[in-house]
Amino acid sequence: MITFEGAAKHYPDGTVAVADLDLTVETGQTTVFVGPSGSGKTTSLRMINRMVEPTRGTVRIDGVDIRDRDPALLRRGIGYVIQQAGLFPHRTVLDNIATVPLLLGTPRRAARARAAELMELVGLDPAMGRRWPHQLSGGQQQRVGVARALAADPPVLLMDEPFSAVDPVVRTGLQDELLRLQQELRKTIVFVTHDIDEAVRLGDRIAVFRPGGELAQYDSPERLLTDPADDFVEGFVGHDRGVRRLSFFPARVLSLRDDVVFEDDLKVEDVRHIAAEHPWLLVVDTERSPVGWLSDRSLVDVPSGIRLSELDTVPFGHTFTVETDSLRAALDSAVLSPAGRAVGVDVDGRVLGVVTQDDLGAALWSVTE
Amino acid sequence: MSAPAAALDWAQGVWDWAAANWYYPDEPGRGIRPRLIEHIRLSYASIAIGLLLAVPLGLACVRWKPLYPPLLTGVNVLYAVPSIALFFLLLPYTGFSDWTAIVPLAVYTLVILLPNVVDGLHQVPDHVRQAAVAMGFGPLRRLVRVETPVALPVIIAGLRVASVATISMVSVASLVGLGGLGRLILSDGFRRQFDAPIVVGVVLVVLLAFATDALLVLAQRLLTPWARRDRPRTGSVRRRRAAATAAADAPALASTAVAPPGKG
Repeated sequence: MITFEGAAKHYPDGTVAVADLDLTVETGQTTVFVGPSGSGKTTSLRMINRMVEPTRGTVRIDGVDIRDRDPALLRRGIGYVIQQAGLFPHRTVLDNIATVPLLLGTPRRAARARAAELMELVGLDPAMGRRWPHQLSGGQQQRVGVARALAADPPVLLMDEPFSAVDPVVRTGLQDELLRLQQELRKTIVFVTHDIDEAVRLGDRIAVFRPGGELAQYDSPERLLTDPADDFVEGFVGHDRGVRRLSFFPARVLSLRDDVVFEDDLKVEDVRHIAAEHPWLLVVDTERSPVGWLSDRSLVDVPSGIRLSELDTVPFGHTFTVETDSLRAALDSAVLSPAGRAVGVDVDGRVLGVVTQDDLGAALWSVTE
Repeated sequence: MSAPAAALDWAQGVWDWAAANWYYPDEPGRGIRPRLIEHIRLSYASIAIGLLLAVPLGLACVRWKPLYPPLLTGVNVLYAVPSIALFFLLLPYTGFSDWTAIVPLAVYTLVILLPNVVDGLHQVPDHVRQAAVAMGFGPLRRLVRVETPVALPVIIAGLRVASVATISMVSVASLVGLGGLGRLILSDGFRRQFDAPIVVGVVLVVLLAFATDALLVLAQRLLTPWARRDRPRTGSVRRRRAAATAAADAPALASTAVAPPGKG
């Protein structure tokens, strides 16, 4: 547990970087500090490992005032990931990762063996260990940065805008990787970002900072999107927060209908009576993988005896997984579907049923009430 | 006699003189070879002492920032003093020993190297320095284990400039009876209106400078293998090597161009 007790940072020129911060970071959770530039989020983060000394107030880790600890020793027990990775250019990838264990006196051979394990943990080929950092892509460098921070197995991990210098696709991959790692490792992570989407995606708790170094709101991501404390937070989380909030509701609550789902070995006359009542039918193969949509009108001129598999269908777009996806994914799938309907599948990709926009609307209404 | 034939003839004369005067087994102090050895001794000792002074001073200047401006001004003033004057000023104290040449030349090396050491250390990317702090490197350990190695390419680039300048300047010390190959140029050549020793002296100084530079390039390759930007998997080995050499040479050539020309 990390506690800020009235922690403040005033610079001699009168600038207030952090004003009177009271906040508790729970053990084993990911806490995200988010805010625009100049809101003191990085300064607050750096108070935790004494890279910034508060001018007033106290920071404690598990009750111990960090001013009682030697800075260098304190830092060796706290993992740190920096923007642009901050890898040492003159050391190989493996020795970069082994940095803190070597500082702590671990024999070189053991430290390197541990480094190789960590490379696998963060999804890097250990064969890359002998390369120099500049021979890696930005995303790979950042993975090395994460591995280096984890090398001495510190209980606390500080991450200072670690993914903001990589392109969006790589960033999403790194975020997924971090979520997976955190599931496994349960570190106390403090993560700084200016990107509210990243904060919502990664955080168990989110602290929103406003310019002037004040804490505007400290809440769960869901509460933050549902109930912003003031206009600043509301503006910062964005005006599409309603849609974004749907990420927190499971798609399981939707009632799927399978009476409009037909296997493609059926004949046209078998489905005509349904098409009379429903504008879109979903065709699946015998394994129940989706094939495509059939509109009621496209069936009108088709003679009887033709199988559904012989007809041209409209692409089904992308599906959502009923067990694991959120309402946001279901809504997205419906919006992007040419038929205006979302296809729900199980984890093996077999169609469970479809959900119309009306059904979706009813579900959204009931859960967000 | 045609011009090319005359030139060839002249070159033959120089060569013959060099061959005849290379070494006198009976008089170990006479001839070209002892001068070359003396030249190497004086220049290498100066460069080494200059380097040994520049690195700790540069580290100190980075650690205690207010130190740098007065120190740089101080050594720059020394650099402005003509070397001949310094040699003569030192004569009463060091006599005709090697130190009369080495002390001023080491100071000149220091003047060229100090800004390189400081700039090299300043050039360490901020995120690298901060990462080192956050990993738990203390100030001294950070300087020695992270910042100095990262600054090494810039320091070696400065060393290349300084060494070429120093090797050339040793010749001037011939005015006080030292000066290695400079003595061929001054005593044997200039005073006796005889061009063979001048040519031999100049050629050997240039060759020595080139050889030293090549040694430093080799040292750079061995000490900073990470600084070679030749990524694997792109192009043939030969092309990569050529690119790496070009990259390694470019900064030194650029800084040679701006180096103080012909200090003397």
